[in-house]
Amino acid sequence: MLEITDLKKSFRTPEGRMVEVVNLESFTFAAGAQAALRGESGSGKTTLLNLIAGIVTADSGTVRIDGAEMTALPEAGRDRLRAEKIGYIFQTFNLLQGHTALENVLLGMGFGPRGADRSQARQLLERVGLAHRLDHFPRQLSTGQQQRVAVARALANRPALVLADEPTGNLDRRHAAEALTLIREICRESGAALLLVSHDETALAQFGQVGDFAALNRAVREACA
Amino acid sequence: MTLWLIIRRSLRQHALSTLVSAGSIALAAGLMMCVWMVKTQAHAVFTATNTGFEAVLGARGSKLQLVLNAIFHLEASPGNVAASDYEAIKRHPAVRTAIPIAVGDNLRGYRIVGTLPEFFAVEYVPGKSFAVQPGGRFFTDGEREAVVGSFAARRLGLKIGDTFQPYHGLNFDPNALHEEVYTVTGVLAPTNTPADRVLWIPLSGVQTMSGHDPRAATDVSAVLIQLRAPTAGFMLDMMYNRQGNRLTLAFPVGTIIAELFNKISWFDRVLALVAGLVALVAAGSVLASSYSSMSARRRDLAILRALGAKRRTVFSAVLGEAAVIGMIGAVAGFAVYFLLYLGVAEVILAQTGVVLPVTAWHPVLAAAPLGMIGLCLLGGLLPAVQAYRLSVADTLAPTS
Repeated sequence: MLEITDLKKSFRTPEGRMVEVVNLESFTFAAGAQAALRGESGSGKTTLLNLIAGIVTADSGTVRIDGAEMTALPEAGRDRLRAEKIGYIFQTFNLLQGHTALENVLLGMGFGPRGADRSQARQLLERVGLAHRLDHFPRQLSTGQQQRVAVARALANRPALVLADEPTGNLDRRHAAEALTLIREICRESGAALLLVSHDETALAQFGQVGDFAALNRAVREACA
Repeated sequence: MTLWLIIRRSLRQHALSTLVSAGSIALAAGLMMCVWMVKTQAHAVFTATNTGFEAVLGARGSKLQLVLNAIFHLEASPGNVAASDYEAIKRHPAVRTAIPIAVGDNLRGYRIVGTLPEFFAVEYVPGKSFAVQPGGRFFTDGEREAVVGSFAARRLGLKIGDTFQPYHGLNFDPNALHEEVYTVTGVLAPTNTPADRVLWIPLSGVQTMSGHDPRAATDVSAVLIQLRAPTAGFMLDMMYNRQGNRLTLAFPVGTIIAELFNKISWFDRVLALVAGLVALVAAGSVLASSYSSMSARRRDLAILRALGAKRRTVFSAVLGEAAVIGMIGAVAGFAVYFLLYLGVAEVILAQTGVVLPVTAWHPVLAAAPLGMIGLCLLGGLLPAVQAYRLSVADTLAPTS
């Protein structure tokens, strides 16, 4: 479902130096699988997810999702593929503050192939336990509730792959465990693969399959060498 | 639906700047429409107002002053016309009707005009003659009776049976009270002409009012003329204005008023310039508002892009927002226009008795709102381009 080959990405530092952040020789991920990648802050985890999602363009290499080569697509194609195939749960949730919980989910659907479906958005929010918070704005929700809106939004387009970037980073231990359980359950129910990156050992402990991003990412290895 | 949701919420999120921008657009659109409509309607209505008379004969002087005095009851009379001159024009074969008027008195600022009962038989617009409201009648010649124009009656609180004493002069001076007492016999039905602002009394009443110069007791201020044929006016013009040197014939009345509008056209241009400047400031306000809110919206737009929104979608959202502000402003502009126009029309009615039509149509009523929406789109273009060029990764994602 997800195949990554020789993926490289460098950034220019404010001093003008080019720094390689991601250098991934090979990474594959099966449909419906759930796995986590362990990595310290600044190790390039978010960049990897952004490369997979087509938010950032790779310097070289390929990212293939469900047979479609993200890295070969023009920007409009990447936008479309992202909307159709990928659900993204951001560390800071990235909810739209001027929109209600329901509207955040509707907007998640709006750019996908099926378009906005109010009843489905409502069902999703009910599934994450927010049936009574549909018309609340993010500022009116607790951090845990915001997280659940973000989860519902990520699943809104029935994606093949859900990317979760430190999804428990802003939650306390109890809410983090609950959130992770919810994310995993919902992905399992919808058949979406889940790739989570985190440095939180408690979160990682919930996954049977945990990879070490530092070991996979040659850029980190070379920087440490 | 998605685009509209984004636009609607963004406008609500920045409600204050939305209101300020839409308000300035409304002001600009309303001002432009009002300036244009008052200009065109005033020109149309004033040049068409002649109270049924094609020409005015008066003392030697300005034709405009003569028309303003005799038809619009605004200016002072340029002088008197001798009774013999009135008789001469009355008997002229080219003249169908000649009605004399005499001015020189007022009632609390509302002009008292002396005339003959025949005046009321004239059609002030084709097919419409003067009429009194139920219960009243026109004055009897030679009696101390008055017929009051509808506007003057309302403002002065006069009704049938009321009495009043005229004041000397065209401007109200409480110390210049005449001793004669006049009784109101009728109130004119509204005519939407300057006649509505006048208190009409018999000609002899003004001519022989106490304190008036007895030597001028047979003179009149002007003679209102209906011609048998329009071409006769040119003949009379030649006779009085070119060959004679004692009297002035103002003909045609509409053309003389049109000349007045030409003389004050610079004022229209100044008003149009002010309205144009307001429009530019309004468009600038939309630009400034959209531009300054962009920094606050960058993250939201980046999130939308991360959710799969295309560049053209966020571009359209920002531009659409400017268009919606323009549309709200344009709609509200009609309210501003009507308020301003009604205010101006009320002032014109009070000052001249002429009614500007409220429901008149002119292409500017479409062009001004559409133009403002266009200016808003122009103002929203720069922020929209910024939104289009937004880097999602730089705005949203830390490179960890």
